[in-house]
Amino acid sequence: MNAPEAAPAEFDPVSALSAIAGVADWIGLRFVEEVSQHRSVRNGKPERNQVHVRRGAMVEAVMEGNLAYAATPDLSHAGLQDAAGRAARLARAGARHAVAAFSPGLRPAVSGAFAGPCAQCFDTLSLEELTARLIAACSRLRVSGDIVETMAEITLTQHSSCYATSSGTDIAQRFHLVSQNFVATAQDGPEIQRRSLNGPVARCLQGGLEVLDFDCIYRECERAGREALELLAAEDCPGGTRDLLLAPDQMLLQIHESVGHPLELDRILGDERNYAGWSFVKPEDFGRLQYGSPLMNISFDPTLPGEFACYGFDDGGNRAHREYLIRGGLLLRGLGGLESQARLGLPGVANFRSAGWNRPPIDRMANLNLEPGDSTLDDMIASVERGIYMSANRSWSIDDYRRKFQFGCEYAHLIEDGRLTRVVRNPNYRGVTLPFWHSLKKVGNLDTFGIFGTPFCGKGEPHQMIRVGHASPHCLFANVEVFGGGR
Amino acid sequence: MSFARDTHRLLERLSDHAFAALRPGEALSLSLSAENQTYLRFNTGKVRQATGVRQWRLELDFRARDRQVTFTTDLSGRVDRDHRDLHALLARARSDAASLPPDPFAAPLENPSQSEEWHEVATPDPAEVIEQIAVATAGTDFAGLFAAGPQIRAVRNSTGQNHWFATSGFFLDYSLFTVNSAGENKAVKGLLSGTGWRASELALAIEADRHRLDQLRMPSRTLAPGEYRAYLAPAAVAHVVELLSWGAVSFGAWKKGGSALRRWIEGEVPLSERFSLRENFALGLGPRFNSLGELAPLQLPIAERGAPKNLLTGARSAREYGVTSNGAESGLWSEEQLRSPEILPGDLPERDALKRLDSGLYIGNLHYLNWSDLKSARVTGMTRYACFLIEHGEIVAPIQDLRFDDSLYRIFGTELEALSEETRLFPATETYGQRALGGCKVPGILLSRFRLTL
Repeated sequence: MNAPEAAPAEFDPVSALSAIAGVADWIGLRFVEEVSQHRSVRNGKPERNQVHVRRGAMVEAVMEGNLAYAATPDLSHAGLQDAAGRAARLARAGARHAVAAFSPGLRPAVSGAFAGPCAQCFDTLSLEELTARLIAACSRLRVSGDIVETMAEITLTQHSSCYATSSGTDIAQRFHLVSQNFVATAQDGPEIQRRSLNGPVARCLQGGLEVLDFDCIYRECERAGREALELLAAEDCPGGTRDLLLAPDQMLLQIHESVGHPLELDRILGDERNYAGWSFVKPEDFGRLQYGSPLMNISFDPTLPGEFACYGFDDGGNRAHREYLIRGGLLLRGLGGLESQARLGLPGVANFRSAGWNRPPIDRMANLNLEPGDSTLDDMIASVERGIYMSANRSWSIDDYRRKFQFGCEYAHLIEDGRLTRVVRNPNYRGVTLPFWHSLKKVGNLDTFGIFGTPFCGKGEPHQMIRVGHASPHCLFANVEVFGGGR
Repeated sequence: MSFARDTHRLLERLSDHAFAALRPGEALSLSLSAENQTYLRFNTGKVRQATGVRQWRLELDFRARDRQVTFTTDLSGRVDRDHRDLHALLARARSDAASLPPDPFAAPLENPSQSEEWHEVATPDPAEVIEQIAVATAGTDFAGLFAAGPQIRAVRNSTGQNHWFATSGFFLDYSLFTVNSAGENKAVKGLLSGTGWRASELALAIEADRHRLDQLRMPSRTLAPGEYRAYLAPAAVAHVVELLSWGAVSFGAWKKGGSALRRWIEGEVPLSERFSLRENFALGLGPRFNSLGELAPLQLPIAERGAPKNLLTGARSAREYGVTSNGAESGLWSEEQLRSPEILPGDLPERDALKRLDSGLYIGNLHYLNWSDLKSARVTGMTRYACFLIEHGEIVAPIQDLRFDDSLYRIFGTELEALSEETRLFPATETYGQRALGGCKVPGILLSRFRLTL
């Protein structure tokens, strides 16, 4: 692929660190380089051809027991010296009023490396060929003249980071990431409907070009085009209470908003209260709160091959492991890195992550998954007398304590007497987090499992947009309020 | 030299070098965003994280033979290193462009204008700010973000266009929390901003907030979903206006079926004669030029007394649909966006708002808005911060937060009973990637009915 290659070898964080180590009582240096290509084609014509190169370093300095940060894109000795001095001055400035004191245990002295999967490098496909395939995808999406717009886009990202500290941490990580978005817009007079492959940019995976099976993509584009036409002709989603079967490409949003965010320890500590919000979960709930039905098993899993947010270490140097957060519906553990764990005295996970070189790490989701159960998709549908089967997120909203949510999907079938019947358009549902998860009555098996993600999880002050992965089987919930569009 | 002056010199040298390296038939636009910010994040009145961020982000928009490619890169701030990188990116841009089919909607780079604005003030000392915030907020539960320092936006292109905007200022975006008699968390929201930080202004604001917190300590009421009369304070209205940038008033989004206000734009559904919306760069919250260097009108009416007047139109939409650009900017995820919107005020004095509401809801703020049905312009979201049940013009009790799901055709249409005489200015506090410029100016709105659903 014709794009600048990331070249982490150019910068050696350990030697760079040694040159600035005397500036503060303790010092850390995180170097990040990322090259991201965004290629999109609309209606068969080039729309965006963008390459983003991000390169810089975040210096962490401790003075008088307080840690502060300074970010710089100037990787020269003078640039890093200047950043270290700025971080040290900020650390001293905040020392009397710090939320918590720094201790070296918050940055483990570990060495290691991690490389995500990449069987086929991005440079094995020319830009000309990739563009031709996106144009072909557009033509597959356009299954009829009623498809008035088609969009095919792919983002290929190479990301590398190194982290070194004066207490001996030395970590290097490298990732290849692929995001896809394919959308058909259908119009019949005033009625406009969109159908995409699994919702906007939900197809996010780690890997090289082997992630992109274009024959499969073309077939799915044709299906999306046909389903957009189905939606044009469909009735609006009826209102009322029904059993709700959610596909993995909507479960990703349900898990993200109503499990992931409320379990973030920094939210529980109140760090996010001025922006994203607090949490209905309290520190004393861990080990006690029955979050959902016994079928609910949620894991933090940075090890699931190919999932979007796999890594070996978080940005504080904490080695990442798979952990259950909820098992049998019981809340066990929160999403918090070593700083939050120390502040709360609770166990957490390795999820202290930053969105880039110019932001400090905070508690983030990474891969947060709902573990498979034992139901087949057919069994779940057959068990429903009056229900609805929704796929692919298109609208999302939840309150600042993560209780009352409302989500909308692209596509739905009614389920009547154990069978999928009519397609309905504008399907939405709403609920309250704990009663909703307690209503989980069937969890699909591994055959119904899907791995998705998003590059757009927003949080933090200053704000940070980060990549997360969510994998889930199909799930069936009892008696959910559903409704359609209009009024 | 100041950060802004150094940056000006850096851009001059880099752009001269890059433009000189172009070959016949090529054109190049360079768009720079730079900042030297101090971000102080607070929780419980203490510093959670303090971060200095110095960055220069350069976008190269390269054109050759009807092809367009864009590269963005972090400059190091060192001319020699950045010259080298820019040269490599230019070579790569040339090669990428040669691999692509023609882009029929890439608007040619032009040279219609030049501008230069400097607003430089000294950045306050973080140590002093931290100490002053600690003193002013003592005894409260304070959380928030302080940001201060220079911000720069600049565009130059190879046909001679040259725009420069440098500003410096601060914001303190904060919340104060309390616990009411039923053990529920309650909060008020505050925002201070300007060019010169003065601790005395924070002290006054916190004092007023303490009074507002007292009102929230009463036990809150749980209300049933349904339709209520409602007064949305300006901070709540600002969130609704923000959502308009998700395609609602974008020409490109309208043509592609992505505008929630399509039926209004096409004359099928009216909005209230009380509703007027415009882009107003006279608010002074950011530059008039966009990242292509197109200069937007100082004021652009979008809705005038309920009637559609203009849609935001950028160069690409203009080229595709054969209309004239009005210098609008496209966002990362959406079509053309509002950068400096203003809803014109009405005739309801704010001090009379509760009396005029009589019985209903006072909604201080909203949270997490999204379209729930684009075709009917339906918006869902949550109430947040200071929201009260009002009876006979008096506060009865705070309310537990409620979800709303209502249509803009009602909010700015059939149910819009009045707008406040006073308007409030909300400078942007968004800091994704970098601190944003822009903001909005809005009044409060009185609604005959507002639909609450959960």
